[in-house]
Amino acid sequence: MTEPLIELRDLRKSYGTVLAVGGVNLQVNKGEVVGLIGDNGAGKSTLVKMLAGAITPTSGEILVRGKPVAGWNAAKSRAAGIETVFQDRALAVQQTIARNIFMGREITTFGGLLNLGRQRSEALHLMREIGFTSNAVTPDTVVGQLSGGERQGVAIARAIYYNADLIVLDEPTTALSLTETEKVFSFIRTLRAGGRSILFIGHNIHHVFDIAERFLIMDRGRIALAVTKAQAGSARRLIALMEEVAHSGENTPPVELAARLKGVQ
Amino acid sequence: MNKRTPDGFNANHGLIRRFIQLNRAAIGTFGFFIVMMLLFFCGNPHVFSDWRIYYSVLTVLPVAIFLVVPLVFIVTVGEIDLSFPSVMAFAAWIFALGVQAGYPPAAAILAGVAVGLALGSAIGLIVVYGEFSSLVATLGLGFLIRGAIMIATGGRSIAATGIAKDPTLRLLSSSPGGFPVQMIWAAVFVAVSVILYNRHRFGARVHCVGDNPESARQMGIDPRLVRVGTFVFMGFGAGLAGIFSTIINFTWWPTAGDSYLLPTLAAVFVGGTPTWGGVGTVLGGTIGAAIVSFTQVGIVAAGLDGFYVQFFNGLIIILSLIGHRWNQIRYR
Ligand SMILES: Nc1ncnc2c1ncn2[C@@H]1O[C@H](COP(=O)(O)OP(=O)(O)OP(=O)(O)O)[C@@H](O)[C@H]1O
Ligand SMILES: [Mg+2]
Repeated sequence: MTEPLIELRDLRKSYGTVLAVGGVNLQVNKGEVVGLIGDNGAGKSTLVKMLAGAITPTSGEILVRGKPVAGWNAAKSRAAGIETVFQDRALAVQQTIARNIFMGREITTFGGLLNLGRQRSEALHLMREIGFTSNAVTPDTVVGQLSGGERQGVAIARAIYYNADLIVLDEPTTALSLTETEKVFSFIRTLRAGGRSILFIGHNIHHVFDIAERFLIMDRGRIALAVTKAQAGSARRLIALMEEVAHSGENTPPVELAARLKGVQ
Repeated sequence: MNKRTPDGFNANHGLIRRFIQLNRAAIGTFGFFIVMMLLFFCGNPHVFSDWRIYYSVLTVLPVAIFLVVPLVFIVTVGEIDLSFPSVMAFAAWIFALGVQAGYPPAAAILAGVAVGLALGSAIGLIVVYGEFSSLVATLGLGFLIRGAIMIATGGRSIAATGIAKDPTLRLLSSSPGGFPVQMIWAAVFVAVSVILYNRHRFGARVHCVGDNPESARQMGIDPRLVRVGTFVFMGFGAGLAGIFSTIINFTWWPTAGDSYLLPTLAAVFVGGTPTWGGVGTVLGGTIGAAIVSFTQVGIVAAGLDGFYVQFFNGLIIILSLIGHRWNQIRYR
């Protein structure tokens, strides 16, 4: 067994009477790509936000390299080596690309003064890497002037800048063209080759199947089923499995689901 | 190390373009100011070629600047403050009492500034952590503070005649050779604030929080701390404004600051800071303060009745709003 990088234990989040995430146990190991899938409103983004420290869990525990972390928040999440591309991209659209990339983690010289020159050059370097080839777009370009895909690029660039151990991507390829999606995927492959772990969320099961080696199917706030690529066999069967999960009762044990899976070709 | 990139990213034209991009609103406001002054000049060349008209405006302009600049921060972060005139009066009151009681002026100044900071922090904490609308909460708190001053003083003013003779205080406000030195202090204040706003972590976070507080939070910024920070800065500015106003007038009035409320708000927006937060300009706000101050004096000097002042003030606000429309593209 490889070392678990991040472990969630019985993580819950409720909004009033709505139970968005209801007791999730999950483990991401070093260097693996995990696909998190499930219907709209299943609780995927809520889980991601808790992992990123953007929202506080109602209960549950988060362990980093086997050790529980108290007072989990955004700063601790980042310190633990987790970078997140949020579903809403978390961009300040009236600000420049450079300011967005360094939002909350500005490069400073002394007394909190910004090192604008370095922020700019680092941002430019990142933009080149992520595939901004147009000279019209500089680190000083206001994010609001970018296309949807370009904005996504900025959010992804921000996440890869910090050499994180775990990169969480919440639907990073929605609104992207085919070539841009391929760009994101080749990035993920590079990151994986570099030993990073990735938690990938997506609705295009074919994509998720391609990129991930383990899948977590989320349904109504819990992880209903966890399968490896070998167990699932094909994207088709993974989709069939998701349907099974969605149509089964809330408390269908995973064993039974797995049994039903055998019938799917 | 200064890497040059193929697209000439670090070349000079890039620097100039960046300067314009960063200061668009301020440049527009400055243009507006120049045109306005030219019109005044044509209206009465005799008065406007006399230094005294500029002297009378520059004497009190620093007070407006100490208020406008922090208010730009508050508006940028997505809040508003209507309590600063009362904070200004309260801080100045403590200062005046200190001078009257014969304390060293430096101590009185420190006490006044400390009171401004304390009130600013209290207001910020109440508004932000109470999750109140800053518009309503600061309106209420402003009345509350002003009311407390009125009750405590019985509406009586303090004539701090010692100010005129005190060498330390002359250093803050006097006019050797006909130039009001308080303008130098105001200029220093603006310069430091421009750096804080554009080239400091605090300013960057003020922008991000005002732009999209949820994103800022997801990126590990505590929007509440940043918001409170802007109110603390406002308290500091209001404290300075109150102290300077008392030194300039040799007198403290319990109504001190009241007449600054609307002109200061006007100056922020005339200066090119939009109402919706996330962007703004400290330099523009400063020029906006000059525009508002010069209209008040200029209308009368140009030979018009004092009754025209408000009319022209309104005209200038509307015209500048129309002017800024081209500069203020709101991205969503
Ligand atoms: N701030 C909130 N307040 C109240 N309910 C919320 C809040 N955020 C999420 N929810 C609820 O929690 C549930 C899970 O939402 P979440 O965004 O995690 O789903 P998701 O799996 O990411 O869906 P999608 O695939 O559409 O992005 C939904 O029913 C949603 O209505
Ligand atoms: Mg989601």
